[in-house]
Amino acid sequence: MSSFTPHTSDEVESMLKFMGLTSVEQLYDTIPIALQLRRSLDLPEALSEVEVIDELAAYGKKNRNASIDLVCFAGGGSYDHDIATVTSTLGLRGEFVTAYTPYQPEVAQGVLQAIFEFQTMVSRISGLAITNASLYDGGSALVEAINLACAKTRRSKVVLSEGVNPNWRGVASTFAEGPGHELVTAKVDQEGRTIWPESDSTVAAYVVGYPNFLGFIEDIAAARKLATDSGALLIVAYDPIAISLLKSPGELGADIAIAEGQPLGIPLSYGGPYLGLFSVTMDLVRLLPGRLVGETVDTEDRTSYVTTLRAREQDIRREKASSNVCTNQTLMAVWAAIQMSWWGKEGFYEVGRSSLSSRVYLENRLIEEGLLDRRSPTPTLREFPVRFNKSASDVVEAMVGEGFLAGVALEGANSISNFDGSLLIALTEKRTRSQIDSYVKSLKEVAK
Amino acid sequence: MSTLKEAPGGRASSSPLMGGEVEPTIFEFSHESRRTGAIRNSRIEQVDPKDFLPGDYLRTKKVNLPEVSERDLVAHFMRLTHRQYAVDLGSYPLGSCTMKYNPKLADAVATNPNLSGVHPQTPPSAAQGWIELCVELERYLTEITGMAAATLAPAAGAQGELTGLLIMKAYHKNRGNNKSTILIPDSAHGTNPASVTLAGYKVVTVPSDSRGLVDLEKLRALVNDDVAGIMLTNPNTVGLFEKDIAEIAKAIHDVDGLLYYDGANLNAIVGVARPGDMGFDIVHSNLHKTFATPHGGGGPGSGPVAVVDRLTQFLPGPYPIVVDGVGSWIMPEKSIGRVHSFYGNAVVYARALAFMKALGAEGLKEMSEYAVLNANYLKAKIAPYYPAAYDETCMHEFVVTAAGLKKKYGVRALDVAKTLLDRGYHAPTVYFPLIVEEALMIEPTETESKATLDCLAEILIDIAIEASNEDSSEALKHGPTRTPVSRVDEARAARVLVTTMDAKG
Ligand SMILES: Cc1ncc(COP(=O)(O)O)c(C=O)c1O
Repeated sequence: MSSFTPHTSDEVESMLKFMGLTSVEQLYDTIPIALQLRRSLDLPEALSEVEVIDELAAYGKKNRNASIDLVCFAGGGSYDHDIATVTSTLGLRGEFVTAYTPYQPEVAQGVLQAIFEFQTMVSRISGLAITNASLYDGGSALVEAINLACAKTRRSKVVLSEGVNPNWRGVASTFAEGPGHELVTAKVDQEGRTIWPESDSTVAAYVVGYPNFLGFIEDIAAARKLATDSGALLIVAYDPIAISLLKSPGELGADIAIAEGQPLGIPLSYGGPYLGLFSVTMDLVRLLPGRLVGETVDTEDRTSYVTTLRAREQDIRREKASSNVCTNQTLMAVWAAIQMSWWGKEGFYEVGRSSLSSRVYLENRLIEEGLLDRRSPTPTLREFPVRFNKSASDVVEAMVGEGFLAGVALEGANSISNFDGSLLIALTEKRTRSQIDSYVKSLKEVAK
Repeated sequence: MSTLKEAPGGRASSSPLMGGEVEPTIFEFSHESRRTGAIRNSRIEQVDPKDFLPGDYLRTKKVNLPEVSERDLVAHFMRLTHRQYAVDLGSYPLGSCTMKYNPKLADAVATNPNLSGVHPQTPPSAAQGWIELCVELERYLTEITGMAAATLAPAAGAQGELTGLLIMKAYHKNRGNNKSTILIPDSAHGTNPASVTLAGYKVVTVPSDSRGLVDLEKLRALVNDDVAGIMLTNPNTVGLFEKDIAEIAKAIHDVDGLLYYDGANLNAIVGVARPGDMGFDIVHSNLHKTFATPHGGGGPGSGPVAVVDRLTQFLPGPYPIVVDGVGSWIMPEKSIGRVHSFYGNAVVYARALAFMKALGAEGLKEMSEYAVLNANYLKAKIAPYYPAAYDETCMHEFVVTAAGLKKKYGVRALDVAKTLLDRGYHAPTVYFPLIVEEALMIEPTETESKATLDCLAEILIDIAIEASNEDSSEALKHGPTRTPVSRVDEARAARVLVTTMDAKG
């Protein structure tokens, strides 16, 4: 790629001359010869822009895309919502895309203010006063929540409902290995509700899904009471879209609310970049991981924004920091802020209601077609498990042939006791009656 | 003020158009019952939520999101862009962050719906392209770093560090060794010690010597059986190559410790030297630095971790493989487990692969060579006014000290940085690394032209001259003035904590 580095050979020569050098290699004299590669990298030669785009597009052709040729009924932590044109158009502006962390607030008011607005919107959804500028994803938000709870309570045991996203629980157990936190899983019963253990004063936090991974709206009040009785914190892992219709985690007594923010305007992207949402009560602000933007004034008393309570962060606290996060997912937070503003109060509600309405419609159709016995006794909003005579992974595989991503097979790493082999189906406002009708028709063929 | 005309280096004015006015928040444009977007008509009867959701959990008031027109929404965010400096506007010599130009071709890749529109729960049979892409990128990264295999899952450098340290831990555990400390030089980035603690190890700090390098003798004295490994950045954070690395590696390996390479500074040596050949066992790369994926105002990044052969069994999963032309995701035998909700920041690594393909083997080497050339050139140009912290050929970045300016004229590194903002450039990293007093850490990157470097140098020199002049030095302590806002009151932000609209009194 000829234009990536702007140097012409006469410029290179004059720069070297200025330093009293004759070749670029001399600049590497501090690297012992034995450690130098002294051969070409065994990699392909340069391609032109169009060739690169073609090669990557060729990979794309070997995928089935959820919006075009694989109509998506899968959720499990990632949802196929419509994304407004303004979100991608504004979200791809170079000023947002090619800046870095706002270390110099005087020239970073754009990003800082967008984060401030994002923090406000997420706090209104989570119902908790403090929201950070983002974490990597839902899984990393869970890890940080566990670490925060253990730091706060000086305890090291955390009880997680089996109804918390199994991938996130996997991430949590990987990172619990470091500090040596003990993670205990509380199984869910046949109706998808967590069977909590007795209260326990050695527990740092209880983690519950809302709605849980299976889509069920569990008894959060019971989890709150258990946490209170144990002197522990309550961590609520919520689906932000569900909160358009449901009470916020904060209203239900969450100390920490975490979520995967992808449904708020972020493309499916084969799983990333996504957006870890992280909110806490004011009490916990000094233990908050990641960046936090606050309002202030400049020397002329003009409203300004700046990253604040910086003394929590790794660059200042170093080995005493409770989190190591530096680069986060700010651009995705900006996308979410734009998408939430575009939906607005009414639109956000309608996205939730439409998802719910489609879930009700699909559930009824499945019952009509004899694919489902009855509506589940535990309420669901936009996602629910169904058991077929065939294994869910076989159903998913066969449905790909019919042009559908049928759902998430609750098998292997995604397995949940009592629901092993079921198919987890998710709805969004993007699914239409005709898509759902065709889906049911294909399912009937495939799952019989 | 600089005598150079506007053209050289094309300095960005930080406040074009309306950027000088305070921008109201989006909430202040809000008006009850105003609508922006209409959602799709699904042709399904809309239910009343209270008929299907439990009453105790039903919300009584809608979430108070802004109610603005699309026209106001667009104007608001566009005005925010006018209050934001970025690489797309001009030079951004923020040391350690490698703020190089991000080629636009990667945007075309990132927005390809056959990549960005794929659901992560898609079965491998319908996501073969993504799996193959991952495997090809892994091949680029292992060749560049001299490693055997890599995971692409870590979402940024810091997550890569922690992933790498857990791999280290799994290795020692597997050998029945219970080691408890990790060595880190005093010049290390803050994420390194923070990651060590989160991995359950204790930090032992190794002092730097007068050369700005790891003090080999002191290091040897600190090495014992309890040492699980060392974390190093090479070139290190003062921009110098740790030339004793082979001896360091030997000392660590002698006690069965492992060497972790923080790839934040890989941009200096691609195609020239490889961490694997230096003796490192675990290497993370910051694709958002070296491989030109945009920084997004603070993220997303991507921090793949590559390892030597004997550590591949511990890599996180799912790990992509292609056997007989068929791709799938597997869990390595003794995997440390999952580190990301799915497979990492996939679209970010697709961008990085596009970049590497565009540059090719030679272009990647040239990238590093010119990064080093630019840094040394700028360093030499400003040397009479800004003494380098260490007098040695630097790699892709260098650290100068404003200690002299501070002592003589009371002008600090911070003042130099703020003044640079006023003159149309982003500031260098200041006050890092901690071992240099009044540090200014400058990383011009390879994408800046000689003209831009000349202009940057001239402005930096102007600032030093102004600092030395009583008539002008005072003004430097109060800048910037041409930026959208002047110096902000950071203490007040922490004292009167307002982090949402709802916290305003
Ligand atoms: C030397 C060094 N190490 C580690 C990191 C952390 O990387 P990231 O921000 O991608 O988490 C940085 C980033 O600024 C760095 O400069």
